[in-house]
Amino acid sequence: MQYLLLIYDQESQWGKLNEAEQGKMMHEYGELTKSIQQSGHYLASSQLHPVSKATTVRVRDGKKLVTDGPFAETKEQLGGFYLIEAKDLDDAVAIAARIPSARLGSIEIRPLVVRERVAA
Amino acid sequence: MNIEQIYREESGRILATLIRLLGDLDLAEDAVQEAFAAALAAWPKTGAPANPRAWLVSAGRNKAVDLLRRRALLESKRDELARLNTLAEQVADVPEETMLQDERLRLIFTCCHPALPREAQVPLTLRTLCGLSTEEIAHAFLVPVPTMAQRLVRAKQKIRDAGIPYRVPADEELPDRVETVLLVVYLVFNEGYNASAGDALVRRELCGEAIRLGRLVHGLMPGEPEAQALLALMLLHDSRRDARTTESGEIVLLEEQDRSRWHRDQIAEGLELVENALGRGARGPYALQAAIAALHAQAKSVQETDWHQIAALYELLWQVQPSPVVELNRAVAVAMANGLSEGLLLLDALQERGELREYYLLPAARGDLLRRMERWEQSGEAYREALALVSNEAERKFLQRRLAEVQGKI
Repeated sequence: MQYLLLIYDQESQWGKLNEAEQGKMMHEYGELTKSIQQSGHYLASSQLHPVSKATTVRVRDGKKLVTDGPFAETKEQLGGFYLIEAKDLDDAVAIAARIPSARLGSIEIRPLVVRERVAA
Repeated sequence: MNIEQIYREESGRILATLIRLLGDLDLAEDAVQEAFAAALAAWPKTGAPANPRAWLVSAGRNKAVDLLRRRALLESKRDELARLNTLAEQVADVPEETMLQDERLRLIFTCCHPALPREAQVPLTLRTLCGLSTEEIAHAFLVPVPTMAQRLVRAKQKIRDAGIPYRVPADEELPDRVETVLLVVYLVFNEGYNASAGDALVRRELCGEAIRLGRLVHGLMPGEPEAQALLALMLLHDSRRDARTTESGEIVLLEEQDRSRWHRDQIAEGLELVENALGRGARGPYALQAAIAALHAQAKSVQETDWHQIAALYELLWQVQPSPVVELNRAVAVAMANGLSEGLLLLDALQERGELREYYLLPAARGDLLRRMERWEQSGEAYREALALVSNEAERKFLQRRLAEVQGKI
């Protein structure tokens, strides 16, 4: 079986932590990743940019609607995901609009935080 | 030309060029500032160069290389160094005019990208394409400077982090994306034209900037009749600017305006543009509004205005843009064309539906029709309703004047 573990938190809480506390959490994340890589559980993971960097795509009557921000209605539930490599946001939007559920619900595009790999 | 003038007229273009070269809006902005600082230091001694823009672009590019080098040293970041290398490889002289059109067009589409909030699209466009300072934009939109600065910073961060591209959208995307660009230009104009409050001078400047942007957009996309129509619309409205208010800032209604104070050159240009746009099949909201403005511009007085055609145009406008505000305007045109009572019936129906409950212009229009019908008491009542809703000082004064007028008749 494969499982997707979704991390929910309040973005504002992170900002309230001091640098040492943030560093401690990042370190914990690193340790966890290493540990589940060794145990063979790990497939992929990434931090997301905050919701202010989100874009929402819907398709209604064949017309693509692109809006700023995450606007999933509360009655919509997360039903799946694609992780894609795209040239830029327009490229990603074009692919998002091809997802069949874009016609019924909405597709939220969240850019991933890119970190340079620390040399081992 | 002095440096200040060059800054005013060229900084937007220089910024666009540097954004293309550097691929980073923030870095390009810093580079523009540094380039002008370098010009301020060098030109008084050496004299202004023959081609100031090329000089500034090249200075900006060099400053950007310095900035990146400093950053790379500080953080020893590999991608900064990689960018530095590609940048260093780029030719020193920038092919000017050929690139320019294309760069500014790309930049407009970036600033007006639908993934940016509207409250950021408008200031970002003014900042990067018109070269307005953050202070000027904040002042024009009556927002504290730090708030506006924050908005611009966030927008630029989103462009960077979400990967909003600097390019003209693909053909199948173009109609939608052009729509957003035109809307942004239109919003800039409206902000200046319907002075909701504040310093009249700055507001008028916004109209000027919107017209400049409109010219730019029309020039960049000559194949878009709606872009042409939008420019026409703005010119035709702006031509009335001096007749619209008294010296003390009070509103002068269309029928009382001294039409000799309308700017004939703008009208002539606007008429030619709108005729051309309509001839090329433009039937969108800007073309229809421009056609209406053209009829007003051509009429010698309110009585001699072709109200039948205006009412018909509002009907068409309502079909493409079914908003209650359009309906309100149509009702007023119908009143002028077919008789006051017919217009009043339409306004009453609109009021019953309650969609414009908060909009002072509905009771104000009812008050006006009732006044013309000499139904003084009902007119006064409508003006009082309008006064309870109005927020702009000049319009409040106007409504009070009208209310006093009808009360005097009772």
